[in-house]
Amino acid sequence: MKLTLRVWRQQNAEAPGAMATYEVDGISQDMSFLEMLDTLNEELILGGDEPVAFDHDCREGICGACSLVINGDAHGPERTTTCQLHMRSFDDGDTIDIEPWRASAFPVVKDLVVDRSSFDRIIQAGGYISAPTGTAPDAHATPVPKPDADSAFEHAECIGCGACVAACPNGSAMLFTSAKVNHLNVLPQGAPERETRVLDMVATMDDEGFGGCTLTGECATACPKGIPLPSITAMNKEWLRATRKVRR
Amino acid sequence: MPDLSDYTNYRTGEPLVDAKAPTGPVAERWDTRRFEAKLVNPANRRKHTVIVVGTGLAGGSAGATLAEQGYHVIQFCFQDSPRRAHSVAAQGGINAAKNYRNDGDSVHRLFYDTVKGGDFRARESNVHRLAEISVEIIDQCVAQGVPFAREYGGLLDNRSFGGVQVSRTFYARGQTGQQLLLGAYQALSRQIAAGNVELHSRTEMLDLVVVDGKARGIVARDLVTGKIDTYFADAVVLASGGYGNVFYLSTNAMNSNATAIWRAHRRGAWFANPCFTQIHPTCIPRTGDHQSKLTLMSESLRNDGRIWVPKAKGDDRPANRIPEDERDYYLERVYPAFGNLVPRDIASRAAKNVCDEGRGVGPGGQGVYLDFAEAIERMGRKKVEEKYGNLFDMYARITAEDPYETPMRIYPAVHYTMGGLWVDYDLQTTIPGLFAIGEANFSDHGANRLGASALMQGLADGYFVLPSTINDYLARNPHTEEIDAGHPAVAEAVAETEDRLNLLLAVDGDRTPDSFHREIGELMWEFCGMARTEEGLRKALGRIPQIREEFWRRIKVPGTGEQFNQSLEKANRVVDYLELAELMCLDALHRAESCGGHFREESQTPDGEAARRDEEFSYAAAWEFSATGDAPVLHKEDLVFEYVHPTQRSYA
Amino acid sequence: MEMRRFMSWTDEDFPSSVVSMALATRTDRRPSMTRTLWDSSVGKKTIMAVSGLVMLGYLVVHMLGNLKIFFGSDEFNHYAHWLRTLGEPFLHYEWALWIVRVVLVAAVVLHAVSAYQLSRRDLRARPTAYVHRKARSSYATRTMRYGGVILALFIVWHILDLTTGTVHSGGFQSGHPYQNVLDTFSTWYGNVIYIVAVLALGLHVQHGFWSAAQTLGVGSATRDRVLKTLANVLAVVLTAGFVSVPVAVMTGVVS
Repeated sequence: MKLTLRVWRQQNAEAPGAMATYEVDGISQDMSFLEMLDTLNEELILGGDEPVAFDHDCREGICGACSLVINGDAHGPERTTTCQLHMRSFDDGDTIDIEPWRASAFPVVKDLVVDRSSFDRIIQAGGYISAPTGTAPDAHATPVPKPDADSAFEHAECIGCGACVAACPNGSAMLFTSAKVNHLNVLPQGAPERETRVLDMVATMDDEGFGGCTLTGECATACPKGIPLPSITAMNKEWLRATRKVRR
Repeated sequence: MPDLSDYTNYRTGEPLVDAKAPTGPVAERWDTRRFEAKLVNPANRRKHTVIVVGTGLAGGSAGATLAEQGYHVIQFCFQDSPRRAHSVAAQGGINAAKNYRNDGDSVHRLFYDTVKGGDFRARESNVHRLAEISVEIIDQCVAQGVPFAREYGGLLDNRSFGGVQVSRTFYARGQTGQQLLLGAYQALSRQIAAGNVELHSRTEMLDLVVVDGKARGIVARDLVTGKIDTYFADAVVLASGGYGNVFYLSTNAMNSNATAIWRAHRRGAWFANPCFTQIHPTCIPRTGDHQSKLTLMSESLRNDGRIWVPKAKGDDRPANRIPEDERDYYLERVYPAFGNLVPRDIASRAAKNVCDEGRGVGPGGQGVYLDFAEAIERMGRKKVEEKYGNLFDMYARITAEDPYETPMRIYPAVHYTMGGLWVDYDLQTTIPGLFAIGEANFSDHGANRLGASALMQGLADGYFVLPSTINDYLARNPHTEEIDAGHPAVAEAVAETEDRLNLLLAVDGDRTPDSFHREIGELMWEFCGMARTEEGLRKALGRIPQIREEFWRRIKVPGTGEQFNQSLEKANRVVDYLELAELMCLDALHRAESCGGHFREESQTPDGEAARRDEEFSYAAAWEFSATGDAPVLHKEDLVFEYVHPTQRSYA
Repeated sequence: MEMRRFMSWTDEDFPSSVVSMALATRTDRRPSMTRTLWDSSVGKKTIMAVSGLVMLGYLVVHMLGNLKIFFGSDEFNHYAHWLRTLGEPFLHYEWALWIVRVVLVAAVVLHAVSAYQLSRRDLRARPTAYVHRKARSSYATRTMRYGGVILALFIVWHILDLTTGTVHSGGFQSGHPYQNVLDTFSTWYGNVIYIVAVLALGLHVQHGFWSAAQTLGVGSATRDRVLKTLANVLAVVLTAGFVSVPVAVMTGVVS
């Protein structure tokens, strides 16, 4: 396949950026999208140019590092991570636009690489259960109803890639935040910090400069792990409950 | 080529003894050691700084636990977030001797299975401790909110794994590693918020700072700004993972690398059993030269899938057009007792053999069929979907083939490295104050790792072992001398690092870092992969110095060092692969026996199975670095088996 | 490129870092419930949801009242007069009406201020637009902001037209709403403004009602269908009910 790529190039956080156009040839249908970019980069390096910087690591859809907006879609046209997207989703002669996640809370580091440490700070605000090593009772001390355990797992599947923020017209991190809140708040182990967790995580989310939720549903459509939109509703409920119940 | 003769002409130095290992009954050794170890007064702990490199299961859990104990922790990861360390990708599960199934499991049985599974090349003391701690790990993770699979009664579910006879594997669907890692990451996040852990993400360790023979800090590069900085501490913990990426194609993450442990090795930490690598039989085959990494398919598929290749060479008909009597179900044929469920190393080698015979399937003939037609007929498609649906989906997404209709194609791939930095019972390397935990050390899996044991070991080291043993070192080594960037040892390490990076940028040749990585990887896969011969290893050892020489002549790294520069990162990692590969080949050459993941063709039983040679090789080989391209010094640590007596494996 | 900023509702920057903020909230006294609501994006949405539902309830009553126009001027004018005497003798003349007006003004102001602040936050959260744009969400969802502005402007015009009579076409007669309504819908622009606003209202309610349910946490996977249907029914009924009046005047059904 022969393709025209229009890629966002930006030297660093301060420099202005722009779309640059490249032609790539000899692309196989079996290549992953990132392998196609590898091919481009090998050519760029040999030509003395700097390769296109992009985040990637596990390339099996679980680490959450890869983060490209492809033709306006976070992670591209398939509902998966960019690393699991294959070139068979494109046609010979296509023009493909590749941009970084766009959000003020995700400043561009270089080219397609963004700084997602704001997600880490949301977790640091309360996305944990305080259980210092050595303090745990036997694992069977507290049975957890299977539906609760399954619900916790489904929310815990979030890979923290940021596609929800990238897809949201408001750059909102509600789906990400709600995934962790729901994971921990549904479990009996998470109950003691249930109120403070949701209040502090939402407050930090706001402080980081993410937008608000207008329930457009774009986040859930883009989420490669299928975190559902009602996750946000459940967090809203938790949050309202917490404003009433939290000890002041 | 003077290098070749020099490098293989290694000297055997004085034997190595683990001075920290307690004696007495194996079940009491860990208690004994913990009692004998000196402690640091809680009030004094905040005066101690510990550096932890890596935030995977081992590093994340260690950083969180040390901070909870009151130490000041400086932690590093090259990823943008600690949550992305490659432990996240582990699928299957984590073993623990809970005996929740009441099926006869016990600490002793897990200990026994692990020593035997490691083909008698691991220390009994360490493995027993691992089995003891396995129980506490599950408790800890559940308390943190790790959503393990549960049954309708609300209790934890278990499954069996990798040929053991009990159900002791705890799991969270196919994402156990992710869930355990998030547990550790969350514990670490809590400590970061509390100010007890100072996290440096997108920061890569490039050298170790050794002052007066003790590890006192690291040299690291901020990958965003390119700034090279030094960080100082009273002890340094390496939790930087394995070195499987030497092979270029592996199931490791793209950025997993050996630089932290290799640089520590160059500074005096001995490297043990580097040739012990695990090759996993069920990975998705490569589709062409563009392939950048390989994806594992869970081993559990072999429970119901049948592995076969065409009987005739070069038979390129589609699988469903090959009649039953022209198919060779070679595992069932050669190993009637175990069939498709033989251990990983045997299944891998058998696949290689049939492909080498020219009977492989798919592009390049590098694959064998894993066929579910019979299972679908027997259990019904619905049942198969229930059991393996997510794996089938993953396969379909990557290959665009429907495994319900046509058999899957699989091929072995490098998955895990059992070797690593030599550590004593306290997980301390041969450099005082330098500890290695998780896959970065060599200690618990011997020559072969059992399924669902890597997660167990990483968390055992990080949550429980290291936080106990490091106290002893810190209590005995109260550092009074403050060091700073002006110290000669520090200045030297920084200068070396800067020179290396500057040289990489200055060569301005005509080959990319990836092209060298691919070349060394292919060489290693061919000669130091699933089956090794003296001839092949010698060939590789002859070739590696040539590649290294060519590398420094022809490497091209665009951009500068003072910026985000992924080519520079990669090139610098390849520098270390080019040295580590040589040591792996030498280790494989010197170990003229077959054991676990290390199969020497010269050492096999009459029916083609691996033949261990306990009289000569019942030791861990720890290599001491001398200089690039110069022969290292071999130190042998004899392995003594008091509880599990070595036997030859048989699966026929 | 602007680096990360910390934003608050009142546009002042938070001086402290986020980490210390998070810790501070752990140890310090937590702010009151009102403060928590007003300071949080989720809280602001709650305020929008509640005020929106208040207005929605009013609109249903308002729409039903409007339909009385089909029963002639006496009945319609009588109804309008009754609104002023509602609650008597317990309440004084027009008190009930003023209470409703105060509540409505409060709801409008809270809704609008919250919407304004949330919109500012949303726009600042995505300072650089994508080059390759793609809209996927429904028309109703995407037009909430513009629709809201249209409705706000309409409310002003509507009050000036039919409550105070300031911009009324033809002589505004206090106490004769039937005739006033006929006057308004006898001009082309009166009809255009009104019908555009009502269509905007329909779209606004369609997404707004469902959205409010999510914000208040009453939505769930099983209830989603019911809520969406309810939102559609409300939107259609309100639109049809309100539009029927100008249409009736234009077609001469009401004269």
